[in-house]
Amino acid sequence: MSGASQNGAPLLEVRDVAVRFEGIVALDGVSFTLRKGQVLGLIGPNGAGKTTMFNCLSRLYTPTSGDVLFEGKSILGRPAHEMAAIGIGRTFQNVALFSRLTVRENVLIGGHSHTSSNFVGDSLRLPGSRHTESQLESTAQELIDYLDLNDVADRPVAGLPFGTQKRVELARALSARPKLLLLDEPAGGLNHDELHELGRLVRQIRDDRDVTVLLVEHHMGLVMSISDNVVALNFGKKIAEGPPDAVRKDPELIRAYLGGDAA
Amino acid sequence: MSVQKETVAHHDIGESPEGAQRAIARPAAPGAKTSVQTRHILFVALLALALFIPAFTKNFVVFQLTQTMVYAIAIVGLNLLTGFNGQFSLGHSAFYAVGAYTAAIMMEQMGVSYVWTLPAAGILCFILGFLFGLPALRLEGVYLALATFALAAATPQILKLSPLEQWTGGVQGIVITKPDAPFGLPLNQDQWLYYFTLIVGLILYLAARNLVTSRTGRALMAIRDNPIAARSMGVNTSLYKASAFGLSALYTGVAGALGAIIVQFVAPDSFTLTLSIGFLVGLVVGGVGWLPGALFGGAFLLFVPNIAENISKGLSGAVYGLLLILLIYVMPSGVAGFLQMIVSKARGGAK
Repeated sequence: MSGASQNGAPLLEVRDVAVRFEGIVALDGVSFTLRKGQVLGLIGPNGAGKTTMFNCLSRLYTPTSGDVLFEGKSILGRPAHEMAAIGIGRTFQNVALFSRLTVRENVLIGGHSHTSSNFVGDSLRLPGSRHTESQLESTAQELIDYLDLNDVADRPVAGLPFGTQKRVELARALSARPKLLLLDEPAGGLNHDELHELGRLVRQIRDDRDVTVLLVEHHMGLVMSISDNVVALNFGKKIAEGPPDAVRKDPELIRAYLGGDAA
Repeated sequence: MSVQKETVAHHDIGESPEGAQRAIARPAAPGAKTSVQTRHILFVALLALALFIPAFTKNFVVFQLTQTMVYAIAIVGLNLLTGFNGQFSLGHSAFYAVGAYTAAIMMEQMGVSYVWTLPAAGILCFILGFLFGLPALRLEGVYLALATFALAAATPQILKLSPLEQWTGGVQGIVITKPDAPFGLPLNQDQWLYYFTLIVGLILYLAARNLVTSRTGRALMAIRDNPIAARSMGVNTSLYKASAFGLSALYTGVAGALGAIIVQFVAPDSFTLTLSIGFLVGLVVGGVGWLPGALFGGAFLLFVPNIAENISKGLSGAVYGLLLILLIYVMPSGVAGFLQMIVSKARGGAK
């Protein structure tokens, strides 16, 4: 492994994961380990397999071979909707909010996985359901405060600026109290100031909330400035791994991004 | 902790229409509480009105209002499925029929009291709806509409099948005896059924309202807006979608049972595709995703065909169509959107 000596226990272990779609090899035996409390950046040019890897981690895809362990246990036998409950939360590349619902409702839904209720209890407002509701509401309010969303809390998300929607998505993901937060291209569509702010926010979330972060990102500046470790993919294979400074100078990576004989 | 001051400030300046909208929205925020109060007052006033209506009106009008409420219950059921969960159904006439026949068979052939036929119809329809919802999970949009269409098309013929005739009465259907008011209440049969339907409708309405503002209801809406994100938030989408189908069928089945009791008659040809489409029209007229709209939808379903017939006997279908187009033109998002517009205009004017 690399020289980035992180002392946390492994939270996520990706072992030799391969994904093939009808002859196309999207991932070809990729392995890496993410330790508790780390921020890991997954980089690579378009089509490198970053999003495929991401979808394997949130169980939208099942790898053709290999295994994914979370806290030492394989997640591959579990359906996608159980990921949130075991502690894996995510955001989406182009923001996938519940557009007709308000900011608050979106954040409330984020808390779905660690609360329980059913059709009967909720229809009749039984004590159990009321308790769940007040629990959800206080979590949601705390996150709305944390991410400075009070001004827009009761507005539908559809009309909000993109940067604000990204914060809503973060609040929604955090309300499930994830141990691992998967961020899919969080910098996409943000301007310079917003990018800077995002970087600060990701690190702050990691420190305040004890969350380990895996981020897929195109924006090299952001990845290099906030990651403890970087894994670079190209054509479905891992081509470099290590702390940002080392990976930045890796000849294979430079070749992947600049092409041909640049190295 | 304010994490993103800079970003927010940027957006306020950067996107002027947004900023302006927010500036308007802010002073209105304290008004939100009064609007909840107004809504409660309105609800109580309407309820009081509903309680006194039978004392002043003819039996036939009382019957018509009862039928309106029955349709409204079915439309609330369809709204839970379509408006809140995003699944289409052209098959709700089938669930209405099952509810109606359940009531008729239990009352006339088993001698069970009409009161017990409602939970029976509801539970039976929940199970049928849930089971139908399972294969429907694989279908989206127009394909689901087609599958439910098949259900609606098949139902009247199944009810006419000769092996079932000893239960269903075949083409003849079943005549039902109208129940009397209990406990010696000084009400005639129509008046009693009006109050009975009002109570059942009120319970079902309040339960639906509780549901859509709860964790379960939000999960249903999350599936409607973005199924993949809903799954990533931990919503078991298959279970919720099938349950929504079951619940929707339950409402429609109870409505069917009530409908059979008040009309005193069930026959296969009352439950054709036309009825399914009627529910859908009622849903759109009232407002998709707005529960009280069901009452307007129910009234439309009952009264507008009569109005059309009064205008022209020979062209009643055309007149009905014209009225429908006019209504959609004036209220593109149903009564719900229309009322919303009036309220926001009134608020703007008051300032």
